[in-house]
Amino acid sequence: MLAHALVFYLFSFITIASSLAVISAKNTIHAVFFLILDFVSVSCLFIMLGAEYLGMLTLIVYVGAVAVLFLFVVMMLNVNLGDLRSGFLGYLPFGGFIGLILLIEIVMMIGTWKYKDTFIKTSQINISNDLSNTEAIGNVLYTEYLHYFQISGLILLVAMIGAILLTFRRKDNLKRQDITTQISRERSDSILLEEVETFKGVKIND
Amino acid sequence: MIDISLGHYLFLASIIFTIGVIGIFLNRKNVIVLLMSVELILIAVNINLVAFSVYLQDIAGQVFTMFVLTVAAGEAAIGLAILVVFFRNKGSIQVEDINTLKG
Repeated sequence: MLAHALVFYLFSFITIASSLAVISAKNTIHAVFFLILDFVSVSCLFIMLGAEYLGMLTLIVYVGAVAVLFLFVVMMLNVNLGDLRSGFLGYLPFGGFIGLILLIEIVMMIGTWKYKDTFIKTSQINISNDLSNTEAIGNVLYTEYLHYFQISGLILLVAMIGAILLTFRRKDNLKRQDITTQISRERSDSILLEEVETFKGVKIND
Repeated sequence: MIDISLGHYLFLASIIFTIGVIGIFLNRKNVIVLLMSVELILIAVNINLVAFSVYLQDIAGQVFTMFVLTVAAGEAAIGLAILVVFFRNKGSIQVEDINTLKG
């Protein structure tokens, strides 16, 4: 139990420290790296909780896709790093004040919240002993939550189409394949039968 | 202190959430850090959902965490695409330059 608590405090410390580093890093690439560290430690926390499928999914989706996408865009844009930081300290007192009030409100809400009766008190973190976490999710995901699952697929499709449409630039100086003209070509457009007279030859106008 | 309970995870999630909100307040220059703050907020919500799901022994929280993950991925893709288009048009990614809609 002591080791469990120590590991929890270690991972939460890394998570909080790297989140602070994300919002205050001078270099944007460093911020992305700290974001990756944050995601990794959060997924470790998920695995500690017993939600190992979501821990792995967080690693794959956040670290493998989202953070790499951020890194890619940061490197592609090549922004001037010098003037990106000015004005940070000007907003610090007000933003910190509002954030502090927000934190105090949430903590008060958590502290005075009354637990439900079915809540388990000790950290018996196995949801079900005869069923693994992935199996338990799969059992309900494709039956009870089938419509939500398909709608989330649609959301991803729309996001993909939107991202492609937004960043797509049509170039004018390119020769493109025009399928309509290709398949609507008639025989009379391209073939001409000419009666060739002897000693006259044919005049081809092109 | 030694016995890790639901409250610990909720405190952790609330701290990360607040850090994300402060990040949105503070960064007036860099839209990428703004999007990363939104990701921080979403991961805080995910921690909340998973902790409640485990401690209430209800798998629905974890299923909804998957859907939050889906939305986060879509949001990052769309947001970064908008950012790329904005950088192409304006040549900067500062929040203060996004004022064309003012007219």
